[in-house]
Amino acid sequence: MMMDYDVDGDGVATISWNVSNRPMNVLNQETMAAYSACLDKAIDDENVKGVIVTSAHREFMVGADLSAMGDGDRAAFQTFIQIVHQMFRRMEKAGKPFVAAINGHALGGGYELCLACHHRIAADDPKIKIGLPEAKIGLLPGGGGTQRLPRLIGMQPALPLMLEGREMAPKAALNMGMVDQVVPADQLLAEAKAWVLGDGQKNSVQPWDKKGFKLPGGAVQSPTGQQAFAAGNAMLHQRTYGNYPAQQHIMSCVYEGCQVDIDTGLAIEIRYFIATALTPEARNMIRLFFAITEAGKGAGRPKDVAATKYSKIGILGAGMMGAGIAYVTAMAGMDVVLLDMEQASADKGRAHAEDLLKKRVARRRMDKDAAEAILARIHATADFADLAGCELVIEAVFEDRAVKADVTAKTLAVTGDGITFASNTSTLPITGLAKASSRPDNFIGLHFFSPVDRMPLVEIILGEGTSDETLARAMDYVMAIRKTPIVVNDSRGFYTSRVFATYVREGLALLAEGVAPALIENAGRMAGMPVGPLAMADEVSIDLMYKVGLQTQKDLGDDYVAMPGDDLVRRMVDDLGRIGKKADKGFYDYPEKGSKRLWPGLAEECPPAAEQPDVEIVKKRLIYIQSVETARCMEEGVITEKRDADVGSIMGWGFPPFRGGVLSLVDTIGIEDFVAECDRLAQAHGARFSPPKLLRDMAAKGEGFYGKAA
Amino acid sequence: MTDAFIYDHVRTPRGKGRASGSLHSVTPVELASTALRAIRDRNDLDTAEVDDVMLGCVAPVGEQGADIARTAVINSEYAESTAGAQVNRFCASGLEAVNIAAGQIMSGQSEMAIGGGVESMSRVPMGSDGGAWPTDPTVAFRSYFVPQGISADLIATKYGFSRDDVDSYAVESQKRAQRSWDEGRFDSAVVPVVDINGNTVLGTDEHMRPETDMQSLASLEASFITAGEQFGFNSVAIQRYPEIEKIEHVHHAGNSSGIVDGASAVLLGTSEIGEKLGLKPRARIRSFASIGSEPTIMLTGPSLAAEKALKRAGMSKADIDLWELNEAFAAVVLRFMQALDIDHDQINVCGGAIAMGHPLGATGAMILGTVLDELERTGKSTALATLCVGGGMGTATIIERL
Repeated sequence: MMMDYDVDGDGVATISWNVSNRPMNVLNQETMAAYSACLDKAIDDENVKGVIVTSAHREFMVGADLSAMGDGDRAAFQTFIQIVHQMFRRMEKAGKPFVAAINGHALGGGYELCLACHHRIAADDPKIKIGLPEAKIGLLPGGGGTQRLPRLIGMQPALPLMLEGREMAPKAALNMGMVDQVVPADQLLAEAKAWVLGDGQKNSVQPWDKKGFKLPGGAVQSPTGQQAFAAGNAMLHQRTYGNYPAQQHIMSCVYEGCQVDIDTGLAIEIRYFIATALTPEARNMIRLFFAITEAGKGAGRPKDVAATKYSKIGILGAGMMGAGIAYVTAMAGMDVVLLDMEQASADKGRAHAEDLLKKRVARRRMDKDAAEAILARIHATADFADLAGCELVIEAVFEDRAVKADVTAKTLAVTGDGITFASNTSTLPITGLAKASSRPDNFIGLHFFSPVDRMPLVEIILGEGTSDETLARAMDYVMAIRKTPIVVNDSRGFYTSRVFATYVREGLALLAEGVAPALIENAGRMAGMPVGPLAMADEVSIDLMYKVGLQTQKDLGDDYVAMPGDDLVRRMVDDLGRIGKKADKGFYDYPEKGSKRLWPGLAEECPPAAEQPDVEIVKKRLIYIQSVETARCMEEGVITEKRDADVGSIMGWGFPPFRGGVLSLVDTIGIEDFVAECDRLAQAHGARFSPPKLLRDMAAKGEGFYGKAA
Repeated sequence: MTDAFIYDHVRTPRGKGRASGSLHSVTPVELASTALRAIRDRNDLDTAEVDDVMLGCVAPVGEQGADIARTAVINSEYAESTAGAQVNRFCASGLEAVNIAAGQIMSGQSEMAIGGGVESMSRVPMGSDGGAWPTDPTVAFRSYFVPQGISADLIATKYGFSRDDVDSYAVESQKRAQRSWDEGRFDSAVVPVVDINGNTVLGTDEHMRPETDMQSLASLEASFITAGEQFGFNSVAIQRYPEIEKIEHVHHAGNSSGIVDGASAVLLGTSEIGEKLGLKPRARIRSFASIGSEPTIMLTGPSLAAEKALKRAGMSKADIDLWELNEAFAAVVLRFMQALDIDHDQINVCGGAIAMGHPLGATGAMILGTVLDELERTGKSTALATLCVGGGMGTATIIERL
């Protein structure tokens, strides 16, 4: 069963998407064939006066079947997209009115189907999303979206919708002109029918198929159009650093296609769609989309453990992290006991959650009553006895083994040792911390990222003794607070902190070598990282890096391998007192007014070399070092799932999505080329670039992380 | 190779390029015709001897469109046989027109030709002709397009020119321009624009502000902050020049070329045609060159064009007595002086476009004429005129006074 087809007594045909062998209504060969067959019937049947296109599912239609897209070749994309276009064009030129009755999400190809209708009516349900989000997965709205949307609402409103992949609720879509009517859900089909038999009888030609059609809001080659593109190109370049071909191609589709007739425009769009779909960026982002979805569903969760539903969570330590965890936990409907040494500190943590809730109310993302109900779930206390009844307790106190051991013991004394006990440590090995519990099998690491309310990832750390049951329970909690879990094994810095640190450290290495600081910072951003490595060091704070470094030296003794920039970090802290952003001085100065500027004194601390490297080399070093380190983590078993490695890099520390993740990068470069390049970098800059055996073995076989090298 | 000689040159005064400017009431064809008629009349020229008229024009649309050179030739009542072609090398169009005319003569394909240019910026605003470079996403991304003002600020940032440096330069330009007018240095070149009744519409450059000083300039806000910061162009420039942390915006209306209306013409020919018509050659074209340079910083082409032209002429920097570089933006000239190690006393000695304005298509021929007059006035021998050009180019011409 794919499509329901029905003609009523008034000659109104209804085609209802009802795809049964996929979780949602999607476009693929099979569904398109079924839809085309319905089109044949409706168009050929003289009794049919018009057609309603709708869905028998909760969603209307959500676009192309991505599972069929990942490995497509040129011919496959060409065939697929041409069928889509022929189908849509047939509707437009059938001579009968088509109306989209949008009962649920109409996204990507789903909304493009609506655009090919002569009229669009959406059900008044704010949960419905309407839009063209293709760019988010490295594709462009290739089912005519780049041509029909600007012709419908004008280029200037259409471009940001497509470039950012924005999804609009029906009312907002109505305001934008993306739909023509919003009606109560129970009247959707009646209104659609009324339109077909009424206005539709005179409106079965698209505006862009009428003579003298003019682009609403001004043509491409008008002063406004020229300005929009000149500034639009630059603003997109600023935002993407030229790293996202899909966005560039969307601009080109609109620029080139909206200067010509619709059929020529669609032909131009098809060219760009195929070229875009074949980019490594699209492949990476589609893979990432699936990886994030899988991880979010708890792909690594032990299967044979029953699901845990939580009602009461304890949080030890009401600092930034503890308060943030309390907030997201309460938001997810659980009661929270937020404990700190002093009542005042606990109250302060609760006040942080209150602030966040107030902001949501101010932004009208939540009503006041709901916010109050959530806040009421957070009980701030200094009394361990209040932890009684908690099913899970998360410790987020100062990074000190003794302090942590103390609160662990005090907690278990109240709750008993049968509960799941988690530590939010970002540096201390879990196995060691678990010794404070009589049940190390119930002990686990839950590494949240700051700010907790915004960062979507939780790194779950297994101690030596952590049981499968505990892992499953921890994952159930992470999913309950709607965050994405990745699972790693216990080791120094775990996975995310360890790999992320290499980015910052490589920045310091470059600086110490005499590479101009601006070049380092720009290279970091141009490579796709959210901020440059020196700015990142300031954020993390240089004294913290120093302390962690000293602790590592102490722990490892003779085994310690000096890290690049060790001496620079020492000088910044000990000699210069420039410890980072929190002191308003680090690698940057942070003036009260205006934006931060690189500290001019760096020129003396690290005199720039006369010969500066090409920015491409700097980018390569800053990015490759992360992938090499991840490969080491894989080899050492710190992380076992490549999916988790990639997802963790994107969601944990902002590795650029167009690269698909730290391991996808290796495949994009090609395993042999990556290994050869790392050997060259190791020769020139140090053993930290030397590829681990895992990579060499893969290169020898010509196998990437996700199959044979391209 | 035949030598090409300059026999005469004229220009109109430059009117403020806006509705209140004196030349706003005059069509661009009439501006160009003013220059062409002056060349004809003051040389008592049989225009049948003029093979071709090349006129630079940077916004060749509307009333400047459809080959304004041929239109102006007809409107000036030249001989029917005189051809005309419009030339666009952006800001160097006027000089390029001279070079093309000279090239026709030097290659033996023409006896006498006119090169010049016209731009009524008040009537056909800059950018009226559109263009793919900023707008076509493929081109804009591939080439890191930024507007010229950002390029000028990028030059200042990259090569270390402060707001004070560029403002000082502008003050000096104003002083030099006023002194030159006061001393009558422009008298022979400037022909007044007259109306249909014979009344003078404009007789002198009206854009100058000789009273300009550091203080008055300091009160002006930099012009390209919004474009740079809000429309993303600073980031684009930095992505092309990642060694730069932040673009310092130093240019404003007072240290950039003025928007004006005007036209110019240079009469060129072989020595034989001069003898035949009884005209006295004033200078020989030694060489000329155009060159492409990095398009994002855009305005660093002049030193490269100058070096190329010098090489072609078998000359070195030391052989040039006077330099003339269009004052598109103060930093362009400062960078040129820095790159070629040229003393301020040797360059733009009569002021330039910061004071008098830059009628885009016409300026190249104007500054070539200015520097020729200055060679004659001072008894010096050689000069190099050059302009920075949109899209990352430079055009230069070397002349030798006779």
